[in-house]
Amino acid sequence: MLFPPGLFTLEFMQNAWVAGTAVAIVGGVVGFFVVLRGATFVAHAVPRASFAGAAGAALVGQSSALGLGTFAVLSALGIASISRERRHGVATALILAAALGLGDLFLTIGHVYAPAVFALLFGQIVGISTPDVHAVLIVSAITVVLFAATFRPLLLQTVSPHVAEARGFWTRGLEVWFLLLVSGAAAAMVPVVGALLAFSLMVGPAATGSIIGKSPLKALGWSIVFGVLSLWLSVWLAYLTFWPIGFFVSGFCLLFYAAARLITRP
Amino acid sequence: MKTESTIQPTSQAALEITDLGVAYESTWVLDHINLTIQQGEFIGIIGPNGAGKSTLLKTVAGLIRPTHGEIHFPTAQGRRHPVGYVPQRFDLDPDLPLRACDLVGLGLDGHRWGFAWPNSQRRRKIEEALAQVDLAGFADHPAGKLSGGQLQRVLIAQALVSDPELLLLDEPLSSLDLASAQTVVDVVHRVSQELSMTVLLVTHDMNPLLSVMDRIIYVVNGQAVIGTVDQVVQKDVLDKLYGYDVEVLRLRGRILVVGDETASGDAAGFDHR
Repeated sequence: MLFPPGLFTLEFMQNAWVAGTAVAIVGGVVGFFVVLRGATFVAHAVPRASFAGAAGAALVGQSSALGLGTFAVLSALGIASISRERRHGVATALILAAALGLGDLFLTIGHVYAPAVFALLFGQIVGISTPDVHAVLIVSAITVVLFAATFRPLLLQTVSPHVAEARGFWTRGLEVWFLLLVSGAAAAMVPVVGALLAFSLMVGPAATGSIIGKSPLKALGWSIVFGVLSLWLSVWLAYLTFWPIGFFVSGFCLLFYAAARLITRP
Repeated sequence: MKTESTIQPTSQAALEITDLGVAYESTWVLDHINLTIQQGEFIGIIGPNGAGKSTLLKTVAGLIRPTHGEIHFPTAQGRRHPVGYVPQRFDLDPDLPLRACDLVGLGLDGHRWGFAWPNSQRRRKIEEALAQVDLAGFADHPAGKLSGGQLQRVLIAQALVSDPELLLLDEPLSSLDLASAQTVVDVVHRVSQELSMTVLLVTHDMNPLLSVMDRIIYVVNGQAVIGTVDQVVQKDVLDKLYGYDVEVLRLRGRILVVGDETASGDAAGFDHR
């Protein structure tokens, strides 16, 4: 049976569809600049670092969403404050490692039930409560609106930072702003799909979209299409097979990118 | 070769630089620069590598804050960003999802909020700017697949489309073959004539520009001298500027400055291609 009962009717499945679609969109949108700026390592590090925030939140008895969001923003600001202009590599590596170390410390001294926190690596898309869905939708919507509002200055600064500066833009500020958008996307995505899939959804669909779309708006459109398509196919197949959703999402992200590369090869 | 400035004494100053100094940490990269550029002048900024010529251009563009001194644009009438800046060439990823018209469009309205939705008026302005640099019909060409000379001209169109008071170009001829470099020079010259645009162009080789420059700014060790080529590129003037003996050779319409410390090939005027 291709569409078994409950696929669209069970409450946890409805939550999965809604939250999954929202994070696929926010990942595809913010991923556009992640790929254009060659900042994939940042897209790896910020969601992972935010996962440590969930451990910290558990230690002090706060909600894990709050911990995630706080650590996402702090890691983005940390990367921005100690990296050289547009060269995030070293700063990102050190912040990521430090955040993971901190997460380990939180788990150790807090005697937190570790599997619950480690579930954040691959997400808990079918375990999201309705209030969680609302939080995910709000954070996603804010991130997408802020992205859309600052799209052109970010594009100008990405393509030619000196021209942006000659136009009076504070390019360092736009750099920090981009990292904050990544942390917004991470805060929305990690509770739903986990840190590893957030990475995958922020890089794969946008890279595929940039190969297929020849203009910025088309590339952005395709990025959203491939993100949502990857996620929908994955939720459906995971429900059919009982296999983990992470296997499908990461697989589709890779598959679409590889196909686009091979098709457009000169 | 122009022997005297074609600029009328009645024309208005487009750029006034007064006692400009730029220091990095404790080293003066530029010091005591005083220059007045007239509206419509085509100025070459010439000098050996590391002399401070790009620093001078970037300071005029607002990318570098002067340590002291003033930069004033009398014709700009208070406009906040009166310059069109063409950065030193950079390579673009061939996969970049941008067309030539997107690059030019960023010059037109890249500072605005939101997306640039396609509309015919915007498109017309972009196509006009591309036509000005002899790239009519290239609007939908992928930006990452433009040749070096074409990309340079698209970047000039990007600066022109904002209707600037001054056009500033940082080493637009570097790493271009001779034919592409000549095309860029011709395009900038024509634009400066047609729009009576004030142009400041940085280059370490003055020869491709000899027939189009009104005056040159010769920069060595943070000091600058301005005048016509014949006034400035003289042994006695350059000896003083360099602080040691140089030779100025005029051969078959080309000028070579010999004795520059960086003279292994990058001396001003040396053709090192």
